[in-house]
Amino acid sequence: MTRADVCAAAIADAFKDDGEIFASPMGLLPMLGVRLAKLTSNPDLVISDGESLFLAGVPPLTALGDVVEGWIPFRKVFDVVAYGKRHVMMGATQVDRHGNQNISAIGDWARPKRQLLGSRGAPGNTVNNRTSYWVPKHSPRVFVERVDIVSGVGPKRAAEAGPAAARFNDIHRIVTNLAVLDVKGTDDTVRLLSLHPGVSADDVRSATGFEIELPDDLPTTREPTMEEQVIIREVLDPKGLRFKEVPAE
Amino acid sequence: MTKGPRDKRMSIDEVVGELRDGMTVGIGGWGPRRKPMALVRAVLRSELKDLTIVSWGGADVGLLARAGKIRKLVYAFVSLDSVPLEPNFQKARQEGTIPELVELDEGMFQTGLRAAAQRLPFLPMRAGLGSDVLVNQPWIQTVTSPYDGPDGRQEELVAVPALPLDVALVHLNRADRHGNATYLGPDPYFDDLFAMAAERTYVSCEQIVDTAGLTVDTPVQRLLLSRMMVAGVVETPNGAHFTTCTPDYERDERFQRAYAAAAGRSDEDWAAFSARFLEGDEATYQAAVQAFQEEQA
Repeated sequence: MTRADVCAAAIADAFKDDGEIFASPMGLLPMLGVRLAKLTSNPDLVISDGESLFLAGVPPLTALGDVVEGWIPFRKVFDVVAYGKRHVMMGATQVDRHGNQNISAIGDWARPKRQLLGSRGAPGNTVNNRTSYWVPKHSPRVFVERVDIVSGVGPKRAAEAGPAAARFNDIHRIVTNLAVLDVKGTDDTVRLLSLHPGVSADDVRSATGFEIELPDDLPTTREPTMEEQVIIREVLDPKGLRFKEVPAE
Repeated sequence: MTKGPRDKRMSIDEVVGELRDGMTVGIGGWGPRRKPMALVRAVLRSELKDLTIVSWGGADVGLLARAGKIRKLVYAFVSLDSVPLEPNFQKARQEGTIPELVELDEGMFQTGLRAAAQRLPFLPMRAGLGSDVLVNQPWIQTVTSPYDGPDGRQEELVAVPALPLDVALVHLNRADRHGNATYLGPDPYFDDLFAMAAERTYVSCEQIVDTAGLTVDTPVQRLLLSRMMVAGVVETPNGAHFTTCTPDYERDERFQRAYAAAAGRSDEDWAAFSARFLEGDEATYQAAVQAFQEEQA
């Protein structure tokens, strides 16, 4: 059992109680986790090919086609964001103590040290539908006291921006290569929910650039079941693409 | 005696000849998908300057930025997807060579085009609230709903400003000579919105066909543009290269890697890429791409 498999199962768990909504994973491990959830805990999830088609089946990560059950071009993605029946798991170049996320640029926005993607859909996602983040390399460079630019809005900022911003703000999980976190700590701060097997609280503390809230009783992230391990290895990712994001020890 | 509608066929250079310094130009497609690259390449070769570019950006934005054509950029992202960070855009941002920037959420961008298409000054939206989009664009205002919300309170929403365009440039798979145009790939993107947000829209396409030919092999629902939205049509085979134009062709990943590598290295590397591919006309470009593909094969 590898760390990547633990991460996939933790991501799957983030989607297990979502019911019949559009699961939008950005990146490889999120896609693996969502498809794992659809094959196990939540068969009602609506998934896409990441481009413009809803897929009726649950194909392997590298498959090109499957039975189509709907059409989801970019314009309809925006419709579903506003409709709200969507859970997106995005990446994050920075996440801060209050669960704000940055994918726009590093440094001063007017003249950045390093230009990244731009805000993309993060501002709209975070005030409209459930949003989670996937961080493949938990480090103090990612988990910072304050993000340089707020692309994705955390619950405290949303509350400060007023009821229209807070009404549908729902930052659900932050899954990393070390742990599972959420933003339901004191004063809407990032809180540790579980440590992956073999990871200590000190490992997470030293890899986090702010004081992170630790519950007294800290559980271990569950290991994937035998069924899940077989699905991951034999069905969804036989080529082991997941190890490019989370290397096998 | 009945006369048919106007024949709007033009050349690439005639389209670019309609543009003026300082214009606001919307570019259709999405990131590295179905971009009107033949028209963008012609803008690169022109004397045009001080353009406001409105685009969900890919290499169109990167190339125009590198050529110093952009005075103001309205964007939500600039990405080549398989190369996530566009190197020419990164360079322009980090060196501060684009004087004015408007970074929006990608849904706000659609709402801005929709407002312009509906001749409205703004449309309300939730996206942007609480984010630094509103901090970095302090001119974007909020508006309070005149109606009570479910909790009895009146919500304060973003008044997304309209994004009116002087000109829209879009690329579709097929068009007729009058400007009716259809996409054949999986996604229309937002080319109809760009067209309706613009004073004038120029469509490049893979192939100009008879009007009857537009619906021979594809459903009528894919006729995205009506001629009433279109000022000119130009046939530019492989004109979206190196972006996708599904099903006519997919993205040229090998060429995109070569582009990104040249853009990310020294000025000399970029000058060599530019001399090989970008300084001649469209036919010269296509011949150079073919030679590149043969030597890479």
